[in-house]
Amino acid sequence: MTGWAKALFLRELRIAVRIGGSGVVGVLFFLAVVTVIPFGVGPDLNLLARIGPAFLWIGALLATLLGLDRLFQADREDGALDLILMSGRSLELVVLVKCLAHWMATGLPLVLAAPVLAIFLNLEPLAIGAVTLTLLVGTPALTLIGAIGASLTVTLRRGGLLMAVLVVPLAIPVLIFGVSSADAAIHDPVPFMTPFLIMCALSLIAAVVGPLASAVALRFAAD
Amino acid sequence: MAIWDYANPTRFMRLADRILPWLIGICVIAFAIGLYKSFFMAPEDYQQGDTVRIMFIHVPAAWLAMMCYSVMALSSIGTLVWKHPLADVSAKCAALIGAAFTFISLVTGSLWGKPMWGTYWVWDARLTSVLVLFIMYLGLMALWRTMEDPIKAGKAAAVLTLVGALNLPIIKFSVDWWNTLHQPASVMRLDGPTIHPDMLVPLLVMAFAFSVLFFVLHLRAMQNEVLRRRVRTMRQKAAASARPAAATATTQPAE
Repeated sequence: MTGWAKALFLRELRIAVRIGGSGVVGVLFFLAVVTVIPFGVGPDLNLLARIGPAFLWIGALLATLLGLDRLFQADREDGALDLILMSGRSLELVVLVKCLAHWMATGLPLVLAAPVLAIFLNLEPLAIGAVTLTLLVGTPALTLIGAIGASLTVTLRRGGLLMAVLVVPLAIPVLIFGVSSADAAIHDPVPFMTPFLIMCALSLIAAVVGPLASAVALRFAAD
Repeated sequence: MAIWDYANPTRFMRLADRILPWLIGICVIAFAIGLYKSFFMAPEDYQQGDTVRIMFIHVPAAWLAMMCYSVMALSSIGTLVWKHPLADVSAKCAALIGAAFTFISLVTGSLWGKPMWGTYWVWDARLTSVLVLFIMYLGLMALWRTMEDPIKAGKAAAVLTLVGALNLPIIKFSVDWWNTLHQPASVMRLDGPTIHPDMLVPLLVMAFAFSVLFFVLHLRAMQNEVLRRRVRTMRQKAAASARPAAATATTQPAE
């Protein structure tokens, strides 16, 4: 990692950790979602074990969506975004680095919390491992896809809700393959690797499309 | 600025005025033939009875729902690459029409589904991807509405449209995967016997009529949008020229 990218990465991490503690709040939200589920579907442990991976994924998706508005909004408010735009660095790389740092601060805590929350949902050890692994691979894709929505709505004063509406359809494939591969590890109607590898591919696609589209949108938002 | 705002759109308005009467005529004739053929001449299905006639509305609407998105994607390329002043107008107008056609195909589909499958909605792969398409249309329209500046809104929507166009095949593929994983194709297969010419001809006529209807609505909506933007520009100019006058009017007595 070159000097400026490392500096930007460290800056983003430092801000994320020191201000607001968004990662911790995201995990709290995740916990709240998982706690609410048994009230909705009933305390039947067999049922919870069956739908557990799906709800962990939905919880992670919602938590990621809620955290996304901090990705560019704060930088725009204090003018740092304009400085970054004028710095002459490749904006696509800047977005990628920012997404990486954002994921380290908000996505990784979700992945780490998932095994603990999976116990509440009565998942088998194998299922816990599978869900955690799929979340580890899949949540970066959610952040990267979400970056598109975040940069499109960065100029709007209350863009959070709109951003969620824009991002959710794009996140459906990740959700499908995340849940399928977690399910495949438990019931195995198909081998685990098939959906898992497709999800890895989706993450890689998101790593290309997300920064590209997001950089274009940020340039338009600035002028 | 004036060239980009007026010159090309003016020529477009004149062209549209000249084309529209012909298009409307073709559209009315095509619908007359298509509706007559599909409601009076097409045979009843031996299993589905009269309900099969829903197909003549449902299938063209579904085709148009996808065509509208391709028109939007092409227009978005026009916006981003050539900065054509009419491209974002075209994309914006196609979104509303596309959403309407998608809605029609969803509603007619579920009305057709009730007598055939016994339920208004199934999480069939095809239905689900159309529903996702509908959500994307509505999201794009919401994005257009929340941004005040039409140029900026057009660019933002163009980025999102293209990302969506890239994602739609992926979504389609993954929804297919998802459904076949949970439940292999059963009742919902529409490809029973291949379609008979007696039904195919009305269907194609209706598809043609729907396409012409799209172009009529699209051109008309684009004209409206151009006029709306002119009104907006004139209002801004009026406001800009009114303010200094008002300011001098209030300051003068004080002197």
